[in-house]
Amino acid sequence: MNSPLTLPKAFALAALMACTAPVALFAGTPADTLVLADAIDDIVSIDPAEAFEFSGTDLNNNLYDTLVELDPAESGKMVPGLAESWSLADDGVTYTFKMRPGVTFSSGNPVTAEAAAASLKRVVMMDKTPAFILTQFGLSKDNIEETIRAEGDTVILKTDKPYAPSFVYNCLTAGVAEIVDVKTVMEHEVDGDMGNAWLQSNSAGTGAYVLKSFKPSEGYVLERREGHWRGDAPMKYVMMRHIPEGATERLLIEKGDIDIGREMTPIDIAGVEGNPDVTVQGDVGGQIYYLAMNQKVPELTNPKVLEAMRWAVDYKGMTDTILKGQWVVHQAFLPQGFLGALDETPYHLDLDKAKALLAESGVTLPLNLSLTVRNNQERMDIAQSVQNTFGQIGINVTLDVGDGKQVLEKYRARQHQITLQTWGPDYPDPQTNASTFAENPDNSDEAKATGYLAWRTAWDPGAMGAMAEAAVREVDTAKRAAMYEDMQRTHRDTSAFVLMFQQARQDAMRANVKGFYAGGATDSATYWTVTK
Amino acid sequence: MAVSELSLPARLTELFRRIAGGLVTLAITLLGLLLVTFIIGRVVPIDPVLSIVGERATQAQYDAAREALGLDTPLWQQFWIYVRDAVQGDLGRSIRTQQPVLTEITRRFPATLELATLGTIIGVILGVPAGVLAATRPGSISDQIVRLVGLVGYSMPVFWLGLIGLLIFYGELGWVGGPGRLDPSYDMMLEFTMTRYTGAILIDSALNGAWDVFANALTHIVLPAGLLGYVSMAYISRMTRSFMLGELSQEYITTARVKGMPEWRVIWVHAMRNVSVPLITVVALSYAYLLEGSVLTETIFAWPGLGSYITDALFAADMPAVLGGTVVVGVAFVTLNMASDLLYRLVDPRART
Repeated sequence: MNSPLTLPKAFALAALMACTAPVALFAGTPADTLVLADAIDDIVSIDPAEAFEFSGTDLNNNLYDTLVELDPAESGKMVPGLAESWSLADDGVTYTFKMRPGVTFSSGNPVTAEAAAASLKRVVMMDKTPAFILTQFGLSKDNIEETIRAEGDTVILKTDKPYAPSFVYNCLTAGVAEIVDVKTVMEHEVDGDMGNAWLQSNSAGTGAYVLKSFKPSEGYVLERREGHWRGDAPMKYVMMRHIPEGATERLLIEKGDIDIGREMTPIDIAGVEGNPDVTVQGDVGGQIYYLAMNQKVPELTNPKVLEAMRWAVDYKGMTDTILKGQWVVHQAFLPQGFLGALDETPYHLDLDKAKALLAESGVTLPLNLSLTVRNNQERMDIAQSVQNTFGQIGINVTLDVGDGKQVLEKYRARQHQITLQTWGPDYPDPQTNASTFAENPDNSDEAKATGYLAWRTAWDPGAMGAMAEAAVREVDTAKRAAMYEDMQRTHRDTSAFVLMFQQARQDAMRANVKGFYAGGATDSATYWTVTK
Repeated sequence: MAVSELSLPARLTELFRRIAGGLVTLAITLLGLLLVTFIIGRVVPIDPVLSIVGERATQAQYDAAREALGLDTPLWQQFWIYVRDAVQGDLGRSIRTQQPVLTEITRRFPATLELATLGTIIGVILGVPAGVLAATRPGSISDQIVRLVGLVGYSMPVFWLGLIGLLIFYGELGWVGGPGRLDPSYDMMLEFTMTRYTGAILIDSALNGAWDVFANALTHIVLPAGLLGYVSMAYISRMTRSFMLGELSQEYITTARVKGMPEWRVIWVHAMRNVSVPLITVVALSYAYLLEGSVLTETIFAWPGLGSYITDALFAADMPAVLGGTVVVGVAFVTLNMASDLLYRLVDPRART
């Protein structure tokens, strides 16, 4: 049939083929450029003193260095960064960092002890959200000149009381402790912002790369620093493209138009499996999924009821289906990759055992409870699974669905009965999660200690709070790890939380891409190790 | 009395009066638009402060951020400050990215403009002849095909068509470039070696004489623009058909035919002249729709345009960005309306009175 529209269409198609086919032949990424695709619209700031989102800390990890850093090749191992060595004085509060000689910022300014001290002071003076990672050691605007200072080629950090040295060092690997060229940024200060606005589109660090362009929610381009102290990065350029749509990333990686796709869904990942040109690299993230049982509900204070609930969650059923590739079963408050993390998963779905425990508990069945959950597909799926299995043991759960703000407000006001939540660590030290899950100095309503998850669910951790306090002061790192392990076991079996899953991530990469490190639960992505 | 019969000074006065009237309309429209968007932005249950400082911030940090955003002042005062600054060309800073909104929009809008313009051109080139064809042979197979093609354009979700288009023309056949405005290597070239005049890559690369970049940009824009063009065509062809059917039943058409005028001349010269009057409005509306409404297309094709900018901003309660985007879309809408009005007068002598 010769429809009138077929002709122009065919003509257009032919013209399209003629003009595009030769160009399409040259598609692919340049040999000296690493091209990534990710959703980077979470970035609020790329000033290290302010950046606190995943994509921003990933970027900064390649633009800046810290005094001590985590080894990308070996999870959890601390290695020298801009400081070549460090020590703690006998007083337990004075830390000395000896600077690596000969390192310069991208401006050419030398990285002296004064420069490093000025950068850490800037964080405290600006007091943006992540500043607490440093100020929790007693640093403040009032005492900053005494608590952080330079002496010759060393930076001296003085804490307000003795802490576990591993705690201090771990916090110094966090993005907020990245060393910024303060001299350069202060030349661009506007209205006393300490160069914050200028650093939203420029970098001033010592990292393996320099920021060439940054367009929020669009992408960025990095250029290699020649003669970097760690050795030159194999890739001359890094280009990040903001592509939030997983299916689009899949098409691009299959065609070879990107090297790494970081936002692909399990369906997209399943689609590229078996493609010889694409490999999938798994990693863990730091987020934890958990249920919190409000201890103001009398039945939920019954240990047998809580234990029954732990046996009535279909952990594996969920990670094999609705959460496949995105979450793994994890039953402790420290994510894998943290000092003292536990990989034991003693609980599994055992409805008979759960029923028996409920019978022993003496509570009147059926027990009617509400589960407060955010209106999001994944969370609703989990909540419905919990509703189903709890229902089978005599706990009737109604879903109390709200948007993120409503659910969070209810949780912070202790108005939930059960709530499904996630938590991500703030810095790469076990204290970040231990303090919130297992400490609650004042359980009264008046305390309004919303920073503690234990307070939010009205749970008094009892002796566990003291255990957490002791662990954060333990000088011997191995002993400290063992303390967290013990604490997590007790917490797992007796707390008002049911810990369920840890985040998993899957990055799809072209088969020739090697050496990409996504950062695990404690660190950020490194581009300077990548070859292709 | 027609304008053309007036003396020159009177005609100039009349022209100025119209322009002034247009500007007043523009100002009132924009003010209303701003007010509505502003109020909506303040009643949505998202806390812009929380989206900046995060859940872990202390009360002091939260309060400092709130004060910095000016959210501690009364609502009317916030609105007054916003309008005052906007008039001076300052649309504020984006809450999410801390960049000036005007800078961000200046960067994003050309991408949308380029896409929507090409889409509209495709829509008109395909839609008008298709509509005419359907109208001249009502009930025929051609008419049915045009109707069917239009129906598909109306009813198929754009994101689905986009994904399938990508899968076939990019994934399988490799005829077009993938998502994004350029291949990475050309992107770098654009970033580092070319002078940006307009932000529209096709124009900038042509002005720079970078024909390889131009060709690459063309392979990237052809599919999303074709998709938008298709959607636009569906609308334009239906409207053209309807207008043309109305005209073809008029007596002057019968007279022209009786006088032995060739059919193509009857349709394309006599009838088309009258059809083009309402068609201008249709095309302008369709163009305006593409300027603001191509969010899904922009998402699927990773097209860094204004639609996705406003949507992302809305989700993050980034009101300066939402308001800024709304102002730009509003200005585009009103400008298109005024332009179509002007064209109207050129085409239709009756409108000049």
